[in-house]
Amino acid sequence: MKKQVGLYYSLPQIMWLLVFFAAPLGIIIAYSFLKKGLYGGVEPQFSLEAYTAMANPNILIVTWRTLKMSVIATILTLLIALPCGYSIARSQNQAMRLFLVIVPFWTNFLVRIYAWIAILGNEGFLNDIIRALHLRSESVQFLYNQTAVILVLVYMYLPYAILPLFSTIDKFDFTLLDAARDLGASRFQSYVRILLPNIKSGLVTAGLFTFVPIFGAYAVPLLIGGKDSYMLGNIIADQLTKTRNWPLASSISMTVTILTTGLVFLIAMRKPREQKQVFDADPGLITPVASGGR
Amino acid sequence: MKGADVDIVGVSKFFGSFQALKNVSLSISKGEFFSLLGPSGCGKTTVLRLIGGFEEPDSGTIAIEGKNVIGLPPDKRHCNTVFQSYALFPHLSVFENVAFPLRIRKIPQQLVREKVMRYLSLVQLEMHAAKKPSQLSGGQRQRVAIARALINEPSILLLDEPLSALDAKLRQHMLMELDAIHDKVGITFIYVTHDQQEALSVSDRIAVMNMGEVLQIGTPRQIYENPATEFVARFIGETNVFSLKILSIDGTKIYGEVDGLGPMFVDDETDAKPGETVLATIRPEKIRISADLPNTNGGRINVLHGIVAEPIYSGFQTKYVVQLDTGMMVTVYRQHANWSEGIPDIEWKDEVYLSFSASDMVIVEMHEQ
Repeated sequence: MKKQVGLYYSLPQIMWLLVFFAAPLGIIIAYSFLKKGLYGGVEPQFSLEAYTAMANPNILIVTWRTLKMSVIATILTLLIALPCGYSIARSQNQAMRLFLVIVPFWTNFLVRIYAWIAILGNEGFLNDIIRALHLRSESVQFLYNQTAVILVLVYMYLPYAILPLFSTIDKFDFTLLDAARDLGASRFQSYVRILLPNIKSGLVTAGLFTFVPIFGAYAVPLLIGGKDSYMLGNIIADQLTKTRNWPLASSISMTVTILTTGLVFLIAMRKPREQKQVFDADPGLITPVASGGR
Repeated sequence: MKGADVDIVGVSKFFGSFQALKNVSLSISKGEFFSLLGPSGCGKTTVLRLIGGFEEPDSGTIAIEGKNVIGLPPDKRHCNTVFQSYALFPHLSVFENVAFPLRIRKIPQQLVREKVMRYLSLVQLEMHAAKKPSQLSGGQRQRVAIARALINEPSILLLDEPLSALDAKLRQHMLMELDAIHDKVGITFIYVTHDQQEALSVSDRIAVMNMGEVLQIGTPRQIYENPATEFVARFIGETNVFSLKILSIDGTKIYGEVDGLGPMFVDDETDAKPGETVLATIRPEKIRISADLPNTNGGRINVLHGIVAEPIYSGFQTKYVVQLDTGMMVTVYRQHANWSEGIPDIEWKDEVYLSFSASDMVIVEMHEQ
């Protein structure tokens, strides 16, 4: 009886997942194995065409570029988020600082992208300053390249990295850093050897929270990027709206989904093995004790 | 003698507007087992953190081995700390925890293994080298922390309430073990504790602190038998304090009067003049309790009269709280030696006489509030 009650309680959740996650995913999977319709849509006929079409060199180039940009953006995000999370965790005024991290969420995603256009644009804020200081007479082209896309992606996903890092670092016992310093480690050594290994779970979470959405980015490269910064998300949208090849859009979506879920699983599987490794680190260690006859 | 001496002169430390240390001066000798004793918040841990290099004083100087160490970071100081929470690295095995200082110094693996095993055997933990700290008991973690702090062969070991997380029995055992390790390695131990029993039983000397000040420095015997202030007398063990108006002084022989109790003899040195009021203390175990009026033999024995308000039997002794005729409560310990030899038992509501020698009384400074 008890189990059944639990089932009733979780029914809304299950329904929600079915309608908004499982069903659309099922539709995408189904579409990816169908034949493309002439003006969009699909023909009810099984076909692997969408998957073979992915071998297109253009798509492979964009996939590689998306991967590269996502990795760079994730690493940059983590490098910025780490000191941020650390300083918030050690701050006397955590609530205020966390509030400041969350404030941007109150503004719409697209509005924030346009804000960046207003800052980086040819007639934008940054160029106004450059001209006012007479550094250059002409505008500098900041927008519509990979660097701009990466910059805005880092900005967008920084809070998603700061929050999990903060919550892990907040639980970290800072006396351990004192102990490391006491035992001869420099400040840098104490961070690398003691802080980082103990907040690994936070780093992994923060990395996933940024990498996965960045890998599927669409709006940022569309509005900030140029030809050199087209990402997989843009190709999918193009296939759907311009080329009207719905099966191809579906198969690329499937590939992105499988790649990212695969990554998550890989990391989730890796963890327990790692712990075990540390536990029986240095097997030679046991020998002197054993030979001691105790 | 191995180890280093520490000289702290006129050190003050503020945390915001709170003054944690007020003009503290301490001189600790090589190889000494020196304790900093006081209630929580008295500044004793701050002194330790100043020596360790985790805090810098706002004024005053700290010298180790005659060299000024102010501004030197913890990794450049020749002292290591055993932290109150042990601060073992949770992601490293016991072996790697103890090896950490050697790894930092990039000592070759063979030497590391040899030395770590030697220090683990010093604390009898060779068997547990491969375990993680979370798999150890409290006492074992404590010992890992000690081995790790000693492996760099520091000249000073700083111990910050290292036994406070252990249960009473284990604490006694670890205390003796610490004392044995001190004898073995011979370096200076600076030990912070709020437990007077711990401090009394192992220290060469003790500094009693309260509210950021050092009130008295001395051997355990001096601190207990000859407390300098009322706070020291009350903090270390139990004591009874009388407010004594001095009538005459002849050398160390002080004759005075306690309000409502009459004349009282005290044998102690004092700077006070006749007419002034001082505090005179007597330890509970130095008071005799009897049902009959004791024979004072014309000597300098003080006798008080009262009623037993509360007898507390605790096996090896009975503690009596006696209400004097003035209403003042006096605590007396009565040991149970020769219990069966016909001394009449003293019970609740019994009328009793308390007697104590003038030479067991000590004049202490009034506690400024």
